[in-house]
Amino acid sequence: MGIYLPIAEMSVNILVLLAMGAAVGFLSGMFGVGGGFLITPLLIFYNIPPAIAVATGANQVIASSFSGALAHFKRGTLDVKLGTVLLLGGIAGSSIGAYVFALLRRLGQLDLFISIFYVVFLGIVGGLMLVESVNAIRKARGGTTQPIKKSGQHNWIHRLPLKMRFRTSKLFVSVIPVIGIGVGIGFLAAIMGVGGGFIMVPALIYLLKVPTNVVVGTSLFQIIFTAAFTTIVHSTANQTVDVILAFLLMVGGVAGAQYGAKVGQRLRGEQLRALLALLVLAVALRLAFDLFVPPQNFYSLTSLGAS
Amino acid sequence: MTSFRTLFVLAVVALSAGLGPALAQAQEGNPEKIEIGLSTDLIAITADFSGADLTIFGALDNADPLINRQGRYDVIVVLEGPARPVVVRRKDRVFGVWMNTVSETFVNVPVSYAVATTRQMQDITDANNYRQLSLGAENLYVEPLDRTEAPATIEEFTRALRDRKKASGLYNERIGGVQFLSQNLFRATVSLAPNIPVGTHKARAFLFRNGVFLMETSAPLAIVKSGFEQWVYRSSIDYGLPYGIFAVALAMLTGWLGRIVFRRD
Repeated sequence: MGIYLPIAEMSVNILVLLAMGAAVGFLSGMFGVGGGFLITPLLIFYNIPPAIAVATGANQVIASSFSGALAHFKRGTLDVKLGTVLLLGGIAGSSIGAYVFALLRRLGQLDLFISIFYVVFLGIVGGLMLVESVNAIRKARGGTTQPIKKSGQHNWIHRLPLKMRFRTSKLFVSVIPVIGIGVGIGFLAAIMGVGGGFIMVPALIYLLKVPTNVVVGTSLFQIIFTAAFTTIVHSTANQTVDVILAFLLMVGGVAGAQYGAKVGQRLRGEQLRALLALLVLAVALRLAFDLFVPPQNFYSLTSLGAS
Repeated sequence: MTSFRTLFVLAVVALSAGLGPALAQAQEGNPEKIEIGLSTDLIAITADFSGADLTIFGALDNADPLINRQGRYDVIVVLEGPARPVVVRRKDRVFGVWMNTVSETFVNVPVSYAVATTRQMQDITDANNYRQLSLGAENLYVEPLDRTEAPATIEEFTRALRDRKKASGLYNERIGGVQFLSQNLFRATVSLAPNIPVGTHKARAFLFRNGVFLMETSAPLAIVKSGFEQWVYRSSIDYGLPYGIFAVALAMLTGWLGRIVFRRD
Protein backbone atom coordinates (compact mmCIF):
# COMPACT_ATOMS: atom_id res chain seq x y z
CA MET A 1 0.00 0.00 0.00
CA GLY A 2 1.64 3.19 -1.14
CA ILE A 3 1.27 6.65 0.28
CA TYR A 4 2.68 9.89 -1.05
CA LEU A 5 4.62 11.96 1.46
CA PRO A 6 3.95 15.65 0.74
CA ILE A 7 7.19 17.03 2.22
CA ALA A 8 9.61 14.24 1.32
CA GLU A 9 7.92 14.25 -2.13
CA MET A 10 8.06 10.52 -2.57
CA SER A 11 5.87 7.46 -2.48
CA VAL A 12 6.47 4.99 0.32
CA ASN A 13 4.82 1.84 1.61
CA ILE A 14 2.43 2.49 4.52
CA LEU A 15 2.92 -0.98 6.00
CA VAL A 16 6.70 -0.65 6.03
CA LEU A 17 6.40 2.62 7.98
CA LEU A 18 3.87 1.22 10.46
CA ALA A 19 6.05 -1.84 11.00
CA MET A 20 9.14 0.33 11.39
CA GLY A 21 7.32 2.46 13.98
CA ALA A 22 6.02 -0.60 15.82
CA ALA A 23 9.44 -2.30 15.94
CA VAL A 24 11.15 0.83 17.24
CA GLY A 25 8.26 1.50 19.63
CA PHE A 26 8.57 -2.04 20.99
CA LEU A 27 12.29 -1.59 21.65
CA SER A 28 11.83 1.89 23.11
CA GLY A 29 9.11 0.65 25.45
CA MET A 30 11.28 -2.26 26.48
CA PHE A 31 14.36 -0.15 27.21
CA GLY A 32 12.66 3.07 28.32
CA VAL A 33 14.23 5.27 25.64
CA GLY A 34 12.54 7.47 23.03
CA GLY A 35 13.76 5.44 20.08
CA GLY A 36 14.83 8.45 18.01
CA PHE A 37 18.33 7.02 17.63
CA LEU A 38 16.78 4.04 15.80
CA ILE A 39 14.06 5.73 13.79
CA THR A 40 16.21 8.40 12.13
CA PRO A 41 18.86 5.96 10.76
CA LEU A 42 16.09 3.57 9.67
CA LEU A 43 14.42 6.37 7.72
CA ILE A 44 17.74 7.25 6.11
CA PHE A 45 18.27 3.60 5.12
CA TYR A 46 14.77 3.75 3.63
CA ASN A 47 15.95 6.59 1.36
CA ILE A 48 14.14 9.41 3.14
CA PRO A 49 16.37 12.50 2.74
CA PRO A 50 18.47 12.87 5.96
CA ALA A 51 17.24 16.43 6.64
CA ILE A 52 13.63 15.21 6.63
CA ALA A 53 14.48 12.04 8.56
CA VAL A 54 16.03 14.11 11.37
CA ALA A 55 13.21 16.65 11.71
CA THR A 56 10.48 14.02 11.39
CA GLY A 57 12.30 11.72 13.82
CA ALA A 58 12.18 14.50 16.43
CA ASN A 59 8.44 14.85 15.86
CA GLN A 60 7.92 11.10 16.25
CA VAL A 61 9.88 11.03 19.50
CA ILE A 62 7.36 13.41 21.12
CA ALA A 63 4.58 10.83 20.85
CA SER A 64 6.47 7.98 22.50
CA SER A 65 8.01 10.18 25.21
CA PHE A 66 4.65 11.80 26.00
CA SER A 67 3.07 8.39 26.32
CA GLY A 68 5.89 7.19 28.59
CA ALA A 69 6.10 10.39 30.67
CA LEU A 70 2.36 10.17 31.45
CA ALA A 71 2.87 6.75 32.99
CA HIS A 72 5.81 7.97 35.09
CA PHE A 73 3.94 11.10 36.15
CA LYS A 74 1.09 8.97 37.52
CA ARG A 75 3.56 6.79 39.39
CA GLY A 76 5.29 9.87 40.81
CA THR A 77 8.64 8.95 39.29
CA LEU A 78 9.03 12.23 37.46
CA ASP A 79 11.00 15.19 38.84
CA VAL A 80 9.27 18.17 37.19
CA LYS A 81 11.69 20.71 38.70
CA LEU A 82 14.81 18.86 37.54
CA GLY A 83 13.21 18.31 34.15
CA THR A 84 12.40 22.02 33.82
CA VAL A 85 15.98 23.10 34.57
CA LEU A 86 17.29 20.52 32.08
CA LEU A 87 14.78 21.89 29.62
CA LEU A 88 16.05 25.48 29.89
CA GLY A 89 19.44 24.22 28.76
CA GLY A 90 17.79 22.00 26.17
CA ILE A 91 16.07 24.88 24.43
CA ALA A 92 19.30 26.86 24.18
CA GLY A 93 21.14 23.80 22.85
CA SER A 94 18.42 23.00 20.36
CA SER A 95 18.49 26.54 18.94
CA ILE A 96 22.25 26.33 18.41
CA GLY A 97 21.82 22.86 16.91
CA ALA A 98 19.19 23.98 14.41
CA TYR A 99 21.44 26.84 13.30
CA VAL A 100 24.42 24.48 12.84
CA PHE A 101 22.08 22.08 11.02
CA ALA A 102 21.09 24.73 8.47
CA LEU A 103 24.73 25.77 8.05
CA LEU A 104 25.91 22.19 7.40
CA ARG A 105 23.05 21.69 4.97
CA ARG A 106 24.17 24.71 2.96
CA LEU A 107 27.74 23.42 2.91
CA GLY A 108 26.62 19.99 1.70
CA GLN A 109 28.12 18.27 4.76
CA LEU A 110 24.93 17.62 6.70
CA ASP A 111 24.67 13.90 5.87
CA LEU A 112 28.29 13.37 6.84
CA PHE A 113 27.93 15.09 10.21
CA ILE A 114 24.69 13.30 11.03
CA SER A 115 26.50 10.00 10.41
CA ILE A 116 29.58 11.03 12.40
CA PHE A 117 27.49 12.18 15.37
CA TYR A 118 25.61 8.91 15.34
CA VAL A 119 28.73 6.77 15.07
CA VAL A 120 30.57 8.67 17.82
CA PHE A 121 27.75 8.96 20.35
CA LEU A 122 26.14 5.61 19.78
CA GLY A 123 29.60 4.01 19.79
CA ILE A 124 30.60 5.58 23.11
CA VAL A 125 27.29 5.05 24.88
CA GLY A 126 26.85 1.53 23.50
CA GLY A 127 30.41 0.55 24.38
CA LEU A 128 30.27 1.88 27.94
CA MET A 129 26.90 0.34 28.56
CA LEU A 130 28.00 -3.03 27.22
CA VAL A 131 31.08 -3.11 29.47
CA GLU A 132 29.06 -2.05 32.50
CA SER A 133 26.23 -4.53 31.93
CA VAL A 134 28.53 -7.48 31.14
CA ASN A 135 30.40 -6.79 34.38
CA ALA A 136 27.11 -6.66 36.24
CA ILE A 137 25.98 -9.97 34.70
CA ARG A 138 29.32 -11.59 35.66
CA LYS A 139 29.05 -10.33 39.21
CA ALA A 140 25.48 -11.57 39.44
CA ARG A 141 26.66 -15.01 38.25
CA GLY A 142 29.52 -14.94 40.74
CA GLY A 143 26.99 -14.45 43.50
CA THR A 144 28.30 -11.11 44.73
CA THR A 145 25.80 -8.30 44.59
CA GLN A 146 27.01 -4.98 43.27
CA PRO A 147 27.13 -2.33 45.99
CA ILE A 148 24.40 0.20 45.34
CA LYS A 149 25.71 3.71 45.09
CA LYS A 150 24.33 5.91 47.82
CA SER A 151 22.92 9.32 46.98
CA GLY A 152 25.29 10.75 49.58
CA GLN A 153 28.37 10.01 47.45
CA HIS A 154 29.92 13.15 46.01
CA ASN A 155 32.22 14.02 43.14
CA TRP A 156 33.59 17.32 41.77
CA ILE A 157 30.25 18.14 40.17
CA HIS A 158 28.72 18.42 43.62
CA ARG A 159 31.21 21.11 44.66
CA LEU A 160 30.06 23.63 42.01
CA PRO A 161 28.20 26.78 43.13
CA LEU A 162 24.55 27.83 42.50
CA LYS A 163 23.08 24.88 44.29
CA MET A 164 19.42 24.01 44.02
CA ARG A 165 17.26 21.45 45.80
CA PHE A 166 15.34 18.84 43.76
CA ARG A 167 12.95 17.12 46.15
CA THR A 168 11.65 14.23 44.05
CA SER A 169 15.21 13.23 43.14
CA LYS A 170 16.48 13.83 46.69
CA LEU A 171 19.25 15.96 45.25
CA PHE A 172 21.02 19.17 46.29
CA VAL A 173 23.20 20.05 43.36
CA SER A 174 24.55 23.01 41.35
CA VAL A 175 22.42 24.04 38.36
CA ILE A 176 25.53 24.44 36.15
CA PRO A 177 25.98 20.74 35.25
CA VAL A 178 22.20 20.31 34.98
CA ILE A 179 21.91 23.12 32.43
CA GLY A 180 25.09 21.91 30.73
CA ILE A 181 23.63 18.44 30.19
CA GLY A 182 20.46 20.09 28.90
CA VAL A 183 22.38 22.19 26.36
CA GLY A 184 24.31 19.17 25.10
CA ILE A 185 21.21 17.02 24.72
CA GLY A 186 19.30 19.84 23.00
CA PHE A 187 22.15 20.32 20.52
CA LEU A 188 22.26 16.61 19.70
CA ALA A 189 18.46 16.49 19.45
CA ALA A 190 18.46 19.15 16.75
CA ILE A 191 21.27 17.60 14.70
CA MET A 192 20.50 13.93 15.16
CA GLY A 193 16.69 14.03 15.39
CA VAL A 194 16.75 12.20 18.68
CA GLY A 195 15.32 12.97 22.09
CA GLY A 196 18.70 12.17 23.62
CA GLY A 197 17.43 9.65 26.17
CA PHE A 198 20.28 7.28 25.46
CA ILE A 199 22.73 9.97 26.61
CA MET A 200 20.53 11.66 29.18
CA VAL A 201 19.85 8.49 31.20
CA PRO A 202 23.53 7.60 31.83
CA ALA A 203 24.39 11.30 32.37
CA LEU A 204 21.75 11.68 35.08
CA ILE A 205 22.71 8.43 36.76
CA TYR A 206 26.49 8.67 36.68
CA LEU A 207 27.12 12.44 36.71
CA LEU A 208 24.29 13.81 38.87
CA LYS A 209 23.55 10.59 40.84
CA VAL A 210 19.82 10.93 40.28
CA PRO A 211 18.01 7.85 41.66
CA THR A 212 17.46 5.37 38.82
CA ASN A 213 13.69 5.15 39.27
CA VAL A 214 13.28 8.90 38.69
CA VAL A 215 15.73 9.06 35.77
CA VAL A 216 13.63 7.58 32.98
CA GLY A 217 10.50 9.61 33.77
CA THR A 218 12.44 12.87 34.13
CA SER A 219 14.40 12.19 30.97
CA LEU A 220 11.20 11.48 29.03
CA PHE A 221 9.60 14.65 30.41
CA GLN A 222 12.52 16.75 29.27
CA ILE A 223 12.65 14.99 25.89
CA ILE A 224 9.01 15.85 25.11
CA PHE A 225 9.83 19.54 25.26
CA THR A 226 13.24 19.40 23.63
CA ALA A 227 11.83 17.32 20.76
CA ALA A 228 8.80 19.63 20.51
CA PHE A 229 11.05 22.67 20.36
CA THR A 230 13.31 20.94 17.80
CA THR A 231 10.28 20.05 15.66
CA ILE A 232 9.02 23.62 15.70
CA VAL A 233 12.45 25.08 14.95
CA HIS A 234 12.98 22.69 12.03
CA SER A 235 9.53 23.31 10.61
CA THR A 236 10.04 27.07 10.83
CA ALA A 237 13.64 27.27 9.63
CA ASN A 238 14.02 24.28 7.30
CA GLN A 239 10.47 23.11 6.44
CA THR A 240 11.62 19.52 6.81
CA VAL A 241 8.94 18.04 9.11
CA ASP A 242 6.77 15.56 7.20
CA VAL A 243 3.69 15.29 9.34
CA ILE A 244 2.23 12.34 7.38
CA LEU A 245 5.45 10.37 7.76
CA ALA A 246 5.67 11.26 11.46
CA PHE A 247 2.05 10.28 12.09
CA LEU A 248 2.47 6.81 10.54
CA LEU A 249 5.57 6.21 12.64
CA MET A 250 3.84 7.43 15.81
CA VAL A 251 0.83 5.16 15.38
CA GLY A 252 3.09 2.13 15.00
CA GLY A 253 5.35 3.47 17.74
CA VAL A 254 2.85 4.04 20.55
CA ALA A 255 1.26 0.64 19.92
CA GLY A 256 4.61 -1.16 19.94
CA ALA A 257 5.82 0.74 23.03
CA GLN A 258 3.06 -0.61 25.30
CA TYR A 259 3.89 -4.22 24.40
CA GLY A 260 7.62 -3.55 24.68
CA ALA A 261 7.19 -2.13 28.17
CA LYS A 262 5.48 -5.32 29.25
CA VAL A 263 8.26 -7.53 27.91
CA GLY A 264 10.84 -5.21 29.44
CA GLN A 265 9.40 -5.73 32.92
CA ARG A 266 10.13 -9.46 32.70
CA LEU A 267 13.81 -9.05 31.81
CA ARG A 268 16.53 -8.40 34.38
CA GLY A 269 18.02 -4.90 34.44
CA GLU A 270 21.57 -5.82 33.42
CA GLN A 271 20.34 -8.17 30.69
CA LEU A 272 18.16 -5.38 29.37
CA ARG A 273 21.09 -2.95 29.39
CA ALA A 274 23.36 -5.46 27.63
CA LEU A 275 20.76 -5.97 24.90
CA LEU A 276 20.23 -2.24 24.48
CA ALA A 277 24.02 -1.77 24.30
CA LEU A 278 24.28 -4.37 21.53
CA LEU A 279 21.46 -2.68 19.64
CA VAL A 280 23.06 0.75 19.96
CA LEU A 281 26.44 -0.63 18.84
CA ALA A 282 24.83 -2.37 15.85
CA VAL A 283 23.34 0.91 14.62
CA ALA A 284 26.68 2.67 15.15
CA LEU A 285 28.56 -0.01 13.21
CA ARG A 286 26.07 0.05 10.36
CA LEU A 287 26.51 3.83 10.03
CA ALA A 288 30.28 3.61 10.39
CA PHE A 289 30.31 1.05 7.60
CA ASP A 290 28.77 3.65 5.25
CA LEU A 291 31.35 6.23 6.26
CA PHE A 292 34.39 4.06 5.53
CA VAL A 293 33.30 1.82 2.69
CA PRO A 294 33.49 3.32 -0.81
CA PRO A 295 29.96 4.53 -1.66
CA GLN A 296 27.98 3.02 -4.50
CA ASN A 297 27.58 6.44 -6.00
CA PHE A 298 30.32 9.00 -5.71
CA TYR A 299 28.02 11.76 -6.92
CA SER A 300 24.91 13.17 -5.33
CA LEU A 301 22.45 15.85 -6.40
CA THR A 302 20.91 18.59 -4.33
CA SER A 303 18.15 20.68 -5.80
CA LEU A 304 18.36 24.28 -4.69
CA GLY A 305 14.62 24.88 -5.00
CA ALA A 306 12.88 27.18 -7.42
CA SER A 307 15.17 29.79 -8.91
CA MET B 1 -2.94 0.46 -5.16
CA THR B 2 0.60 0.23 -6.35
CA SER B 3 -0.50 -0.56 -9.86
CA PHE B 4 0.54 1.78 -12.57
CA ARG B 5 -2.27 4.05 -13.47
CA THR B 6 -2.65 5.54 -16.86
CA LEU B 7 -3.58 9.15 -17.12
CA PHE B 8 -5.08 9.96 -20.43
CA VAL B 9 -4.62 13.43 -21.61
CA LEU B 10 -7.15 13.34 -24.35
CA ALA B 11 -6.38 14.46 -27.76
CA VAL B 12 -7.71 17.53 -29.35
CA VAL B 13 -6.83 16.45 -32.81
CA ALA B 14 -7.20 19.07 -35.42
CA LEU B 15 -7.96 17.22 -38.57
CA SER B 16 -7.35 19.79 -41.21
CA ALA B 17 -8.41 19.55 -44.81
CA GLY B 18 -4.97 18.42 -45.86
CA LEU B 19 -5.44 15.12 -44.05
CA GLY B 20 -8.27 13.89 -46.21
CA PRO B 21 -7.58 11.07 -48.65
CA ALA B 22 -8.74 13.30 -51.52
CA LEU B 23 -5.60 15.40 -51.23
CA ALA B 24 -3.06 12.67 -51.65
CA GLN B 25 -0.01 14.83 -51.98
CA ALA B 26 1.56 17.32 -49.68
CA GLN B 27 1.68 20.72 -51.24
CA GLU B 28 5.03 22.39 -51.71
CA GLY B 29 3.82 25.54 -50.02
CA ASN B 30 2.21 23.58 -47.21
CA PRO B 31 4.98 22.25 -45.00
CA GLU B 32 4.38 19.42 -42.58
CA LYS B 33 3.12 20.41 -39.15
CA ILE B 34 2.57 18.55 -35.93
CA GLU B 35 0.20 19.47 -33.21
CA ILE B 36 -0.35 18.07 -29.79
CA GLY B 37 -3.31 18.95 -27.67
CA LEU B 38 -3.88 18.30 -24.03
CA SER B 39 -7.43 18.08 -22.83
CA THR B 40 -6.29 18.97 -19.35
CA ASP B 41 -3.55 21.31 -18.29
CA LEU B 42 -3.38 19.95 -14.77
CA ILE B 43 -2.54 16.60 -13.20
CA ALA B 44 -3.04 16.11 -9.48
CA ILE B 45 -0.80 13.76 -7.53
CA THR B 46 -2.92 11.93 -4.98
CA ALA B 47 -1.91 10.03 -1.83
CA ASP B 48 -1.66 6.71 -3.67
CA PHE B 49 0.43 8.07 -6.54
CA SER B 50 3.19 5.66 -7.46
CA GLY B 51 4.10 6.80 -10.92
CA ALA B 52 1.92 6.81 -14.00
CA ASP B 53 1.92 6.70 -17.75
CA LEU B 54 0.87 9.86 -19.50
CA THR B 55 -0.61 9.51 -22.97
CA ILE B 56 -0.49 12.44 -25.33
CA PHE B 57 -2.20 12.36 -28.72
CA GLY B 58 -1.07 14.39 -31.66
CA ALA B 59 -1.56 14.90 -35.34
CA LEU B 60 0.76 15.25 -38.31
CA ASP B 61 -0.60 17.64 -40.93
CA ASN B 62 0.32 17.95 -44.60
CA ALA B 63 2.26 14.72 -44.51
CA ASP B 64 3.76 13.45 -47.73
CA PRO B 65 2.06 10.05 -48.16
CA LEU B 66 5.08 8.53 -49.89
CA ILE B 67 7.47 9.39 -47.04
CA ASN B 68 4.77 8.42 -44.59
CA ARG B 69 4.46 4.96 -46.18
CA GLN B 70 8.20 4.50 -45.97
CA GLY B 71 7.96 5.38 -42.29
CA ARG B 72 10.45 8.21 -42.60
CA TYR B 73 8.55 10.60 -40.36
CA ASP B 74 9.77 10.47 -36.80
CA VAL B 75 8.34 12.11 -33.72
CA ILE B 76 10.03 12.62 -30.37
CA VAL B 77 7.85 13.70 -27.47
CA VAL B 78 9.40 15.07 -24.29
CA LEU B 79 7.75 15.89 -20.99
CA GLU B 80 10.15 18.32 -19.42
CA GLY B 81 9.92 19.41 -15.79
CA PRO B 82 10.59 22.94 -14.52
CA ALA B 83 14.25 23.99 -14.52
CA ARG B 84 15.94 24.40 -11.15
CA PRO B 85 19.49 25.01 -10.02
CA VAL B 86 21.17 21.79 -8.92
CA VAL B 87 24.39 21.17 -7.01
CA VAL B 88 26.28 18.02 -8.01
CA ARG B 89 28.69 16.88 -5.30
CA ARG B 90 31.44 14.32 -5.46
CA LYS B 91 32.53 12.19 -2.53
CA ASP B 92 36.22 11.61 -1.97
CA ARG B 93 38.15 9.84 0.70
CA VAL B 94 39.40 12.26 3.36
CA PHE B 95 41.23 10.64 6.29
CA GLY B 96 39.54 7.36 5.44
CA VAL B 97 36.06 8.85 5.51
CA TRP B 98 34.01 9.37 2.38
CA MET B 99 32.78 12.95 2.32
CA ASN B 100 31.55 15.49 -0.20
CA THR B 101 34.45 17.53 -1.47
CA VAL B 102 34.15 18.98 -4.96
CA SER B 103 30.87 20.37 -6.23
CA GLU B 104 29.54 21.99 -9.37
CA THR B 105 26.34 24.01 -9.65
CA PHE B 106 24.18 23.93 -12.74
CA VAL B 107 21.64 26.71 -13.11
CA ASN B 108 18.94 25.29 -15.41
CA VAL B 109 18.48 21.59 -14.85
CA PRO B 110 15.01 20.25 -15.70
CA VAL B 111 13.91 18.33 -12.63
CA SER B 112 12.46 15.61 -14.82
CA TYR B 113 12.86 14.67 -18.47
CA ALA B 114 10.73 11.88 -19.94
CA VAL B 115 11.26 11.04 -23.61
CA ALA B 116 9.17 8.92 -25.99
CA THR B 117 10.35 8.25 -29.54
CA THR B 118 9.19 6.43 -32.65
CA ARG B 119 12.45 4.45 -32.77
CA GLN B 120 16.01 4.39 -31.38
CA MET B 121 17.29 7.93 -30.93
CA GLN B 122 20.39 7.36 -33.04
CA ASP B 123 18.26 6.09 -35.93
CA ILE B 124 16.23 9.30 -36.09
CA THR B 125 18.95 11.85 -36.57
CA ASP B 126 22.60 12.41 -35.62
CA ALA B 127 24.09 13.56 -32.36
CA ASN B 128 24.93 16.95 -33.81
CA ASN B 129 21.28 17.71 -34.43
CA TYR B 130 20.35 16.54 -30.97
CA ARG B 131 22.95 18.79 -29.44
CA GLN B 132 21.73 21.78 -31.41
CA LEU B 133 18.17 21.09 -30.31
CA SER B 134 19.33 20.28 -26.76
CA LEU B 135 17.16 17.19 -27.14
CA GLY B 136 17.43 13.90 -25.25
CA ALA B 137 18.89 13.27 -21.80
CA GLU B 138 22.33 12.68 -23.33
CA ASN B 139 22.36 15.93 -25.28
CA LEU B 140 20.42 18.19 -23.00
CA TYR B 141 22.39 21.36 -22.37
CA VAL B 142 22.87 22.21 -18.70
CA GLU B 143 24.55 25.48 -17.92
CA PRO B 144 27.24 25.52 -15.24
CA LEU B 145 27.14 28.44 -12.82
CA ASP B 146 30.90 28.85 -13.03
CA ARG B 147 31.75 28.76 -16.71
CA THR B 148 35.44 29.30 -16.11
CA GLU B 149 35.71 25.78 -14.68
CA ALA B 150 37.88 23.35 -16.62
CA PRO B 151 35.87 21.72 -19.44
CA ALA B 152 36.87 18.26 -18.22
CA THR B 153 35.41 18.97 -14.77
CA ILE B 154 32.18 20.35 -16.22
CA GLU B 155 31.97 17.29 -18.49
CA GLU B 156 32.51 14.96 -15.53
CA PHE B 157 29.81 16.59 -13.40
CA THR B 158 27.38 16.88 -16.32
CA ARG B 159 27.74 13.16 -16.91
CA ALA B 160 27.25 12.46 -13.19
CA LEU B 161 24.15 14.67 -13.18
CA ARG B 162 22.60 12.72 -16.07
CA ASP B 163 23.52 9.38 -14.51
CA ARG B 164 21.98 10.24 -11.15
CA LYS B 165 18.84 11.66 -12.76
CA LYS B 166 18.47 8.49 -14.86
CA ALA B 167 19.04 6.27 -11.83
CA SER B 168 16.30 8.11 -9.94
CA GLY B 169 13.90 7.48 -12.85
CA LEU B 170 13.31 11.20 -13.35
CA TYR B 171 15.12 11.09 -16.68
CA ASN B 172 13.72 8.23 -18.70
CA GLU B 173 13.33 7.16 -22.29
CA ARG B 174 10.74 5.04 -24.06
CA ILE B 175 11.88 3.77 -27.42
CA GLY B 176 8.76 3.11 -29.47
CA GLY B 177 6.71 5.18 -27.01
CA VAL B 178 5.39 7.18 -29.97
CA GLN B 179 3.19 5.18 -32.32
CA PHE B 180 1.37 6.24 -35.45
CA LEU B 181 -2.23 5.10 -35.15
CA SER B 182 -3.00 6.14 -38.70
CA GLN B 183 -1.20 8.11 -41.38
CA ASN B 184 -1.68 11.29 -39.44
CA LEU B 185 -2.57 10.48 -35.88
CA PHE B 186 0.03 9.51 -33.31
CA ARG B 187 0.00 8.57 -29.68
CA ALA B 188 2.91 9.17 -27.30
CA THR B 189 3.26 7.51 -23.92
CA VAL B 190 5.72 9.03 -21.44
CA SER B 191 6.49 7.77 -17.94
CA LEU B 192 5.84 9.93 -14.90
CA ALA B 193 8.24 8.81 -12.17
CA PRO B 194 6.79 8.20 -8.65
CA ASN B 195 9.01 11.03 -7.41
CA ILE B 196 8.04 13.47 -10.17
CA PRO B 197 8.26 17.00 -8.80
CA VAL B 198 5.34 19.37 -8.91
CA GLY B 199 5.41 22.49 -11.04
CA THR B 200 4.73 23.56 -14.60
CA HIS B 201 5.95 20.88 -16.96
CA LYS B 202 6.14 21.25 -20.70
CA ALA B 203 5.11 18.64 -23.25
CA ARG B 204 7.19 19.15 -26.40
CA ALA B 205 6.93 17.30 -29.70
CA PHE B 206 9.68 17.32 -32.34
CA LEU B 207 9.05 16.28 -35.95
CA PHE B 208 11.77 14.84 -38.21
CA ARG B 209 11.60 13.83 -41.86
CA ASN B 210 14.40 11.63 -43.15
CA GLY B 211 16.54 12.70 -40.23
CA VAL B 212 15.93 16.41 -40.84
CA PHE B 213 14.36 18.44 -38.06
CA LEU B 214 11.20 20.15 -39.27
CA MET B 215 9.41 21.70 -36.33
CA GLU B 216 8.66 21.69 -32.65
CA THR B 217 5.46 22.33 -30.80
CA SER B 218 4.72 22.43 -27.11
CA ALA B 219 1.97 22.60 -24.54
CA PRO B 220 2.17 23.34 -20.81
CA LEU B 221 1.07 20.84 -18.19
CA ALA B 222 0.87 21.67 -14.51
CA ILE B 223 1.55 18.84 -12.09
CA VAL B 224 0.28 19.61 -8.62
CA LYS B 225 -0.25 17.74 -5.42
CA SER B 226 -3.90 16.94 -4.94
CA GLY B 227 -6.03 18.76 -2.39
CA PHE B 228 -4.80 17.34 0.91
CA GLU B 229 -1.16 16.77 -0.01
CA GLN B 230 -0.96 20.23 -1.56
CA TRP B 231 -2.56 21.73 1.52
CA VAL B 232 -0.05 20.03 3.84
CA TYR B 233 2.85 21.04 1.61
CA ARG B 234 1.76 24.69 1.30
CA SER B 235 1.10 24.94 5.06
CA SER B 236 4.60 23.67 5.83
CA ILE B 237 6.09 26.34 3.56
CA ASP B 238 3.76 29.28 4.24
CA TYR B 239 2.94 28.68 7.90
CA GLY B 240 6.06 26.99 9.28
CA LEU B 241 5.41 27.91 12.91
CA PRO B 242 1.72 26.87 13.19
CA TYR B 243 2.57 23.76 11.16
CA GLY B 244 5.28 22.83 13.66
CA ILE B 245 2.98 23.47 16.61
CA PHE B 246 0.33 21.32 14.93
CA ALA B 247 2.87 18.51 14.41
CA VAL B 248 3.76 18.66 18.11
CA ALA B 249 0.11 18.66 19.21
CA LEU B 250 -0.63 15.72 16.91
CA ALA B 251 2.28 13.79 18.40
CA MET B 252 1.09 14.44 21.97
CA LEU B 253 -2.47 13.46 21.11
CA THR B 254 -1.26 10.26 19.43
CA GLY B 255 0.92 9.45 22.43
CA TRP B 256 -1.95 10.01 24.84
CA LEU B 257 -4.52 8.06 22.77
CA GLY B 258 -2.00 5.31 22.13
CA ARG B 259 -1.60 4.85 25.83
CA ILE B 260 -5.34 4.61 26.41
CA VAL B 261 -5.91 2.24 23.49
CA PHE B 262 -2.92 -0.06 23.77
CA ARG B 263 -2.32 0.16 27.50
CA ARG B 264 -0.69 -2.99 28.84
CA ASP B 265 0.40 -2.11 32.37
